[in-house]
Amino acid sequence: MSFIKVEHIRKTFKVAKRRSGVKDAIKSFFKRDYKLVQAIQDVSFSIEKGEIVGYIGPNGAGKSTTIKILSGILTPDEGKCTINGMTPWKEREKYVKKIGVVFGQRSQLWWDIPSEDTFDLLKDIYGIDELEYQKTKDELIRELNLEDIITVPVRQLSLGQRMRCEIAASLLHNPEILFLDEPTIGLDAVSKQILRDFIKRLNKEKKVTVILTTHDMSDIEALAERIILIGKGQVLYDGSLKKLKNKYGNNKYLSVTTKEGLELNHKGIISCLKTIDGYEFVIDSNLINVSDFLNMVSKKVAIEDVEIDNENIDNIIVRLYKEYQI
Amino acid sequence: MKFYFSYFKLRFITGLQYRAAAYAGLATQLFFGLIFIMVYLAFYESSSGKNPMEVSELVSYLWLNQAFFSLFYMLYKDGEIFDLIKNGNIAYELVRPKKLYFIWFAKIIGQRLSAVTLRCFPVLIISFFLPKPYNMVLPIGLANFILFILTLITGTLLMTSIVTLYHVITMKTLNEKGIPQVFAAIADLLSGLVVPIPFFPHFLQVISNYLPFRYVNDLPFRIYTGNIGLQEGLFGLGIQLLWIVLIVGIGYIMTNKSLKRVVVQGG
Repeated sequence: MSFIKVEHIRKTFKVAKRRSGVKDAIKSFFKRDYKLVQAIQDVSFSIEKGEIVGYIGPNGAGKSTTIKILSGILTPDEGKCTINGMTPWKEREKYVKKIGVVFGQRSQLWWDIPSEDTFDLLKDIYGIDELEYQKTKDELIRELNLEDIITVPVRQLSLGQRMRCEIAASLLHNPEILFLDEPTIGLDAVSKQILRDFIKRLNKEKKVTVILTTHDMSDIEALAERIILIGKGQVLYDGSLKKLKNKYGNNKYLSVTTKEGLELNHKGIISCLKTIDGYEFVIDSNLINVSDFLNMVSKKVAIEDVEIDNENIDNIIVRLYKEYQI
Repeated sequence: MKFYFSYFKLRFITGLQYRAAAYAGLATQLFFGLIFIMVYLAFYESSSGKNPMEVSELVSYLWLNQAFFSLFYMLYKDGEIFDLIKNGNIAYELVRPKKLYFIWFAKIIGQRLSAVTLRCFPVLIISFFLPKPYNMVLPIGLANFILFILTLITGTLLMTSIVTLYHVITMKTLNEKGIPQVFAAIADLLSGLVVPIPFFPHFLQVISNYLPFRYVNDLPFRIYTGNIGLQEGLFGLGIQLLWIVLIVGIGYIMTNKSLKRVVVQGG
């Protein structure tokens, strides 16, 4: 039996809609038009204890809805879900003691007072034992470098500082599962790095199962070995990131700076784009390798400069989205 | 139970953060107390008929109204709760291992107790030392005082259950204006915070007896002044408890029903 097992969940929202303008506003005052939005059509997967899973998909694909169902906030229309032997929305109060949730776009900290006060409140809400609480708190303060920032009113913190406090707040009760819904949204490179390292350590040392949604593919690259791609409310890909890269990551990007005109036609050249001071090529390295390609170019023109880029994960995702038409 | 106290503590800390608001609140209550008493005294002097309350009873009642105003007025809206319904932060309330109804109950009672703690003692102390006839007087007996404290506590619980109820209703309507606001304005009138209940015309007094609002503050205050006797006071305490059970029950069931259909706004 898997630690997390999701079977055929479906969730539909009823959304009131109307066109802009006074006339339609009045019309909708008397008779509302509703539209059914299928947030999730049919999603199934299972996750083992101790995994880190990246849950990705374009905006509106149903990522957050899934997270909210898994954390017991929303009740799906259909489907089964067993996590740690419990159904989240049925045994909500008991179940949520074992999970931590971070919504990157929301805040659980009290705005006007230092986050340490919120931590104390959470201690009483979760009924954490005093000694254990002190231990966990000290650990989190050390790991996330919070010493100086938990004594400052939350409204005076930067986004990166606040997000570190948010994560600490979600971990005070030592959860077994951590749901992260876009935890790095709006953060700078350094803050992102701190968070990623921390999540990695948490997973390794405490065997916390992590499910994370993000639009930042470097998060996924740094953290998740397994990704679940969701689009239009369905699971489109479920597997390792490596395999995805092998399948789609053989494209190389070369920009060649030259003053001369160049015309190339060879197997493996996917596209060629004229820029101000040269050309940009996309080649398939399975069909033509980079040195052969450069040889070919240098025979024809004088190369002033060359830049070679690997296919980055963002492009892979864009191609995937295109392929699945989502 | 401990987390009720934690919410109180946190709201209290937050309240202390805004010192100017606390001073301003105190000044407002003293100002209104004096104005009300002056107006009533003027009426008393010019009236020839029988007055429904003794002057000393009335003055104490008015001062108690002012001292506990921030605890008992019904138009109270918990901005934080309304915000989290509107912008979807309610998601965080739902990942806590407590029933949502009781989290809100705790938040509201914590907020109101912390607000009143900063105001009631200075108002009460100052009002005792004012010159006659503007001063507040001691309760007429120890038994009255004990019953006053008891009904004040149950009155606080009753107020919280009513206020929590219309916050729960907001989960459905998504807007705190409209019906809840009209409801709260009527509640404020019928609770005796605007005009003491004994001054109401007879039919309104009868109506107010059949509604819960009068039992929030009018009952304990009139027990304190001796306008209501011990026997009637004890009967009132029973009615308070019945209303609390009923309103908490309705709110609790409504919350659980709404949660099945909850939609988190804003993605």
